[in-house]
Amino acid sequence: MKEADKVKKDIDEGFMEDPRYKQCNKEALYGALLGIVNLIWWYVFGYGLGDKPVEEYTYILGFPSWFFLSCILGSIVFIAITFFMVDKVFKHMPLHRFTEEEAKEYLKSIEGKEA
Amino acid sequence: MDNLNLAVLIPIVIYFALMYVIGFYAAKILSKVTRAKGGGSEYLEQYMTGGRDTGGFVLAMTLVATYLSAGSFIGGPGTAYTVGLAWVFLAMTQMPTGYYTLSVLGKKFAIVARKVNCNTITDFLRERYQSKAVVILASISIIFFLTAAMAAQWIGAARLLQGSTGLDYTTALIFFGITVVVHTAIGGYRGVVLNDTLQGIVMTISTLALFIMVLVKGGGVANIVQNMKAIHPGMISPMGVEEGFMTKAWVTSYWVLVGFAVIGLPSVAQRAMSYKDTKSLNAGIKYGTVVSIVLLIGMHLVGAFGSTLVSGIESGDLVVPTLAVSLFPDVLAGIMLAGPLAAVMSTVDSQLLVVVGAIVNDLYINYIKPQVAEDTKRVSKITIGTTAVMGIVTFLIAMDPPELMVWLNLFATAGQISTFLWPTILGLYWKKANKEGAIASMIVGMVSYVIFNYNYPRPLGMHAIVASLVLSLIAFVVVSKFTKEPAREIIETFWGV
Repeated sequence: MKEADKVKKDIDEGFMEDPRYKQCNKEALYGALLGIVNLIWWYVFGYGLGDKPVEEYTYILGFPSWFFLSCILGSIVFIAITFFMVDKVFKHMPLHRFTEEEAKEYLKSIEGKEA
Repeated sequence: MDNLNLAVLIPIVIYFALMYVIGFYAAKILSKVTRAKGGGSEYLEQYMTGGRDTGGFVLAMTLVATYLSAGSFIGGPGTAYTVGLAWVFLAMTQMPTGYYTLSVLGKKFAIVARKVNCNTITDFLRERYQSKAVVILASISIIFFLTAAMAAQWIGAARLLQGSTGLDYTTALIFFGITVVVHTAIGGYRGVVLNDTLQGIVMTISTLALFIMVLVKGGGVANIVQNMKAIHPGMISPMGVEEGFMTKAWVTSYWVLVGFAVIGLPSVAQRAMSYKDTKSLNAGIKYGTVVSIVLLIGMHLVGAFGSTLVSGIESGDLVVPTLAVSLFPDVLAGIMLAGPLAAVMSTVDSQLLVVVGAIVNDLYINYIKPQVAEDTKRVSKITIGTTAVMGIVTFLIAMDPPELMVWLNLFATAGQISTFLWPTILGLYWKKANKEGAIASMIVGMVSYVIFNYNYPRPLGMHAIVASLVLSLIAFVVVSKFTKEPAREIIETFWGV
């Protein structure tokens, strides 16, 4: 019923908000958060292991550990998370301008899936 | 011209010829579609967005190829050659480009673009803020900063051609410039994205080949890394070789400049309104992320590792061409060099298209002669003519080349970001964003960036872009709060059904 309440509220405001935006906003938020996590990973491994005298470095596959973990493993991990995010969180939707009927139909279809 | 290296030159000439073929092919689709549907505004939509039918793979390739420029393919590896792994580490701040741009602008941007029928990022701003001042500020910023960016890229390409084929600078510049202008002018967006796709593929192949070759000749990673350490221990440290240059705050702030804020680049944002459906978008995010990461890490490692193979390359811009020519037999070197050339070309053709869009679509048709919009023939003549004129202007700027391309390029990038980032993002996600706020943020962004750059280049130790983005965000929010909310119709158009 949550979706229906939301529509009612929007109608009270004088118009019905495009029902696709809720999902759009969620995807945008996920993308932004992933970026921040990526930054943290990069920083923690890069400077955590790299900011010390070069003589004390350890090596993984020939690369200094800081570089391997931050840049190479980091790339693989974030490619994997991106794929996972797109498959699990991102949803397909039409992109054209909706008529009111189409909007209601779309709402019904996503409510049906969530139930 | 006595030492012309034909074996390197011929593959490049063949590659350039392909660009023309694709341009003409796209021009044919363009005229067919326009004739079928009719009207000058239809022509412009087709020309600027390719009729919004870009598929997933093409979307990823055009996004990556547009974004990765001479900076990432020539300047970046060139700097990595002298600074070492620290510069590869810095380059990795571009990791999120693939997923970040497409998911944050995301489906909402594509839906809105269809609702208000916009062809360029300035169209979007015009519809959202309904303000002449916003459109003019945006267009001026595009024309000014992008022309500077293009000139920097052209210089990079001409240097590359000069360094590897033995052509003199002027001939190289003409050769490159005409190829770009012709395929952009006749093919429009469709021609550009098709070319970008081919270029993306060439960039990938050439990066992998160069990387493998460097690895083999250098005797494996462990050996190369130890040799780098012997040249200077700083070469394998994230702090770099020179004390106080690669500071933590400064390097980390590149996440903003070349990572997150890239959404503000008009040539990148335009790609987020042109895809066909959500299937293309989702696929685009995946491909885009993989390709951009592989290219970034591969090409920068080539530069960093190359320091152990060929020593004493003086100009950073010549590192990649010198490595290619000294590691590969001539014909293969020509093919390898098509990669970085492709990186440049795929960036400048998109930029050229955005500049032409700003002049024809945003300024001329909107404010000078709106009645032209109905006349397909005149619109196409003006569009192609403007493309040619901008090509010549860029050529003239590039004829008198400044030394360090990377910095010139970054200045132009930061200038565009500080103008466009907040008006685009807040316009899309914040209902209360209004025109006064947008104007305030554009002016504060541009002016503060220039002031910081000349007087205080690293505020709080970070790249100046961070401080100017914070200031322009504050300006946007405060001014929007204290002025009238946007008109009800705007909110209904953008948020309603």
